[in-house]
Amino acid sequence: MDLAVENKRAFAYTAAHQLDAKKPTMVFVHGAGLDHSSFGLQSRYFGYHGWNVLAVDLPGHGRSDGPAVASIAGMADWIFKVLDAVSITNFSLVGHSMGALVALECASKQSSRVQRIALIGVAYPMKVAEVFLDAARRNDHAAYDMETIWGHAPQAPLGRDPNPGMWMYGDTLARRRRLAPGVLYNDLSACNDYQFSGNVGCPALFILGKRDVMTPPRNALALSQQMKQSRTTIVDFSGHTLMAEAPDATLDALIHFFS
Amino acid sequence: MAGPKYPGFDTLALHAGQSPDPATGSRAVPIYQTTSYVFRDTEHAASLFNMERAGHVYSRISNPTVAVLEERIAALEGGVGAIATASGQAALHLAVTTLMGAGGHIVASGSLYGGSHNLLGYTLKRFGIETTFVNGRNLGDWKKAVRENTRLLFGETLGNPGIDVLDIPAVAEIAHQAKVPLLVDATFTTPYLMKPFDLGADLLYHSATKFLGGHGVAIGGVLVDSGRFDWEASGKFGTLTAPYAGFHNMDFEEESGTRAFLLRARREGLRDFGACMAPMTAFQILQGVETLHLRMPRHVENTRKVVAFLSSHPSVEKVLYPELPSHPDHELCKKLLPKGAGAVFSFDIKGGRAAGKTFIESLRVFSHLANVGDAKSLVIHPATTTHYRMSDEDLKKAGIGPGTVRLSVGLEDVQDLIDDLDRALKAASRA
Repeated sequence: MDLAVENKRAFAYTAAHQLDAKKPTMVFVHGAGLDHSSFGLQSRYFGYHGWNVLAVDLPGHGRSDGPAVASIAGMADWIFKVLDAVSITNFSLVGHSMGALVALECASKQSSRVQRIALIGVAYPMKVAEVFLDAARRNDHAAYDMETIWGHAPQAPLGRDPNPGMWMYGDTLARRRRLAPGVLYNDLSACNDYQFSGNVGCPALFILGKRDVMTPPRNALALSQQMKQSRTTIVDFSGHTLMAEAPDATLDALIHFFS
Repeated sequence: MAGPKYPGFDTLALHAGQSPDPATGSRAVPIYQTTSYVFRDTEHAASLFNMERAGHVYSRISNPTVAVLEERIAALEGGVGAIATASGQAALHLAVTTLMGAGGHIVASGSLYGGSHNLLGYTLKRFGIETTFVNGRNLGDWKKAVRENTRLLFGETLGNPGIDVLDIPAVAEIAHQAKVPLLVDATFTTPYLMKPFDLGADLLYHSATKFLGGHGVAIGGVLVDSGRFDWEASGKFGTLTAPYAGFHNMDFEEESGTRAFLLRARREGLRDFGACMAPMTAFQILQGVETLHLRMPRHVENTRKVVAFLSSHPSVEKVLYPELPSHPDHELCKKLLPKGAGAVFSFDIKGGRAAGKTFIESLRVFSHLANVGDAKSLVIHPATTTHYRMSDEDLKKAGIGPGTVRLSVGLEDVQDLIDDLDRALKAASRA
């Protein structure tokens, strides 16, 4: 659905359903340089299983107007504006990578509105390698190559995409081609600079890929220990892009957490 | 590039799409000879049908063995994914019907395989889809032929049978100005010799029967999407950007901008038209793909030697191979096909139709049949076989004369091939 947020077009995928005030609401927030479709299977599942789904395209991504928001805190503020635009007060969040930091920030900022958060492929601090940042700053294609290769488990290019007939690397690169110059650098910088207040009380689920080289599970340990009600699922054969590499395991963990 | 690197072409040709079978450890690709797949429970079944979970439901829609071939070709081409079909013709049909219905219009190069010419010029016309054929070398003709209802530009990377080199960057630009995609038939080049997506094409397909398989034992096709064409921005493709009542009002572009074309093609085209590939066929074609990077250089090497021989033979009027300076697309060939112009070419024998007939019937190593891209060398006379339905005028437009002979050079000892041609040419000159 298209929304107007600050007089700009904001898009949120709803799995072809109208929002219903009687249903609980789940907001999906994508990672750096991505869009709502990175949660394709998972958001569709919840949309057809009793939830309002809002899988957003952050400003400057997918179908939402730019410019991109420069900080995680700003992205969190924008999420609240989206929810205000559809008159939804309470909701849960599922975030991937940068989107997980946005979910964390939302839960920290307005704890009364955020019921549960699921953090996929997260680490804190989420420091980005200088070589990666530098390539993104220059809009060098090498940045897309790094995100594609480091963003998947090492076996991904030689393995089998769970979606029949699809080529995971090709899809990632095609998504990057649609990105406006500067957006990936904006997102990576936002991750790199993010400072977490440490103030989250709601239940949190960590879904981490054992073969993730961008946000390895050990880099989420301190964060999970900081949170009073957290649980962690480690997915054996996945890298950073868990929703695509291990869609069923990711979905099953979400179903278990939100049921 | 500082940092990580992608697997090379040779590695992808052997591995992409398959890790050792999780159930058995099988290193080779298992042949999943099954029509259907047991659901864990009713909830799992419903989720698979509604595209909430990845997996297989019924082998007309997808099959694990076929999926390995699809992923492997997508990897070799640099696409987002692929759909394997019952034949190359089925791949072309699937591409067209996914993009348009009655009222749609295609602009296509006139230098096409005869079967494609039939599909576009006659059969699809019956279903309300019209095609304007143009001189593929004349960019002005491409531009002039585009109409308001045009939904696709189409050509072969190397056109039949004159081996016209399609100027993909230029034709892609015309397509994109018209907000429509460029589809190419990449059968003659394979991903080893050319990467059409890197040159600007949006969609491509192969008759996998040819060089991808290479053994001449299986008929199949593969349709690949680059994922680069923006269907939503174009505004001309309601099949991909509007709710589809045939699949829970799914808006395929909204589900995924990069996967919209393949989603619709699989969920509608394979489901309803049903021209899917059988798992055994996929396995057989995979055996060929695993040696593509070894076979193609040898095909090209043999072809260059055969071309050199024929070019200086007194019984040969002309040889049409883009690597020759006399070919109209020689300069373009150097730019787009630095690894070689493939192994299919044509030449005109002196003495016209009668000489051509004697020549073909005198060959011993070359097989006279209607195929190309086999490991074995093949020969055909287009005017009486592949293009026999075309009028004389259309034949001339496609660069085919009464004495035109098409060769597909295989992997035999090249001296045996040259000796065979020499013997047959001598016989033809006495005819």
